[in-house]
Amino acid sequence: MKNKTRLPHLYLALLMIIMYLPIVVVIIYSFNVSKQSTIWGGWTINWYKEVFRDSSLIEALKNSLVLGLLSCSIAGLIGTIGAVGMVKATYKSKGLVEYISTLPIMIPEIILGMVFMVFFSLLRLPFGMITLVIGHASFCIPYVFMMVKARLVGIDKSYIEAAKDLGATEVRAFLDITLPLISPAIVSGMLLAFAMSLDDVVISIFVTGAKTNTLPIKIYTQLKTGITPKINALSTLMLLGTLILVILSNVIGKRKRV
Amino acid sequence: MEKKEKKKKSKSKLWMTVAPLYIFTILFVVGPLIYMLNLSFMTRAEVWGVVKKFTFDNYLKIFEPVYLDTFIESLKLSLATTLITLVVGYPFGYFMAKLSAKWKKIMMLLVVVPFWTNALIRMYGWIIIFRSNGLLDKALIGIGMTEKPLKLLYSYPAVLVGMVYSLLPFMILAIYSVAEKMDWSYIEAARDLGASRLQAFLTITVKLTLPGILSGVVLVFIPSMGLFFISDILGGGKIMLVGNLIRDQLFTTRDWPFAAALSVVLMILTSLIIMLYRKITHVRDLEGIL
Repeated sequence: MKNKTRLPHLYLALLMIIMYLPIVVVIIYSFNVSKQSTIWGGWTINWYKEVFRDSSLIEALKNSLVLGLLSCSIAGLIGTIGAVGMVKATYKSKGLVEYISTLPIMIPEIILGMVFMVFFSLLRLPFGMITLVIGHASFCIPYVFMMVKARLVGIDKSYIEAAKDLGATEVRAFLDITLPLISPAIVSGMLLAFAMSLDDVVISIFVTGAKTNTLPIKIYTQLKTGITPKINALSTLMLLGTLILVILSNVIGKRKRV
Repeated sequence: MEKKEKKKKSKSKLWMTVAPLYIFTILFVVGPLIYMLNLSFMTRAEVWGVVKKFTFDNYLKIFEPVYLDTFIESLKLSLATTLITLVVGYPFGYFMAKLSAKWKKIMMLLVVVPFWTNALIRMYGWIIIFRSNGLLDKALIGIGMTEKPLKLLYSYPAVLVGMVYSLLPFMILAIYSVAEKMDWSYIEAARDLGASRLQAFLTITVKLTLPGILSGVVLVFIPSMGLFFISDILGGGKIMLVGNLIRDQLFTTRDWPFAAALSVVLMILTSLIIMLYRKITHVRDLEGIL
């Protein structure tokens, strides 16, 4: 009997180890003295220093952060206001628009990247930060929209009715009652969107200009040309950043505010 | 009376709140998609760019052996990926649903974390493992299973592992979300009525978790055809996916109308799968997507 209950746990544990193996390997080798990943030469933190000395990486980091902030702010604004309106709206087009607006996270990324690339060149938009922001906002909006909408459906409408009965205007009731209630969903949706933007490589490759590199693009091109432990160090730092964002998003999203 | 008036007033202002979403969606989602459809019927210019001359050639070109083979190979790889993720992920999601509430939470977090981390970084880890004389080779030589390095990097199996690895969390979460809600008493009843473990599993468990299986299949199959960077990094460009084909047509060959036609076909394929999924399960959203 004991064997029967152990086997599933063994399977879960084994698969978990395999899942984390590549990540752990990247982290460990970021401390490797040897330049080659086939040889272990002892521990060092030199590669981390190298990362911060590389001005092109710092530039890419700056681009990634600006891009993430801009696209998640746009998503926060459009996604939140849109969700608030959509919950009340009774337009015939509502269902269709809602479906189409979530398409960017449903269809294969490559299609989204490709349509943006050809569309932006049709509009003659200069490829660079502007096109990156539009591209990223398109897949950031659905995250905020879906999270805020789920939260809105769950809140008690009587609060808002009460505020209105007491003479509050529509805007006032929204700012004083609805907004505080949905703010955890907004923040966690935006953090998630930020993390997605920070990690995106496919869309970015298609819509970036020759001069604007983001961190994932930088990693991608270096992976194809030559590999140095510097990428390990950079990757470890990015892992850490994403991890913090996801945990933050989870903690804030789950917090109940009344 | 006053209330009614207020309601009317708020209705008339409602359009202002949905306007940004409508405008963004129409301008930057509908617009590009329609342009892609348009572009797929245009003709490629001699040197650079496109000419607005209606043609079906771009679609016919897909049936040329070189491209058709890539399409079929890519579909096969996607099917293999989906099948393996199902076989590996099903027991995982199923066993996970049987854990205690505390462990469920922990496992959930453990599954989700790699999923949010950069896909490139995880692929990079596999490079270190698969390299000639890399970690896997050393381990296998160490235990005496092989004498020479396996040269796994830049091969078909490496790409397959990379694909399965990056899409597995989708399958696990889809299976788990259904298995967790499952009523185990049905299985007990079947067992009490004399069904063997296998019988009970095949007739009851599989049927009850079918929505999860289907949504997992959809969630894995759809993105799998576009993951060109995995075949780039782990396949060394030797294995071509539809994604690689589209990318090359855009950047190298610069045949944009053909790239558009490929994307349209891929998009139609994707929509058909989603529609089929909805028809079978009557569910509008994919289980376990968020």
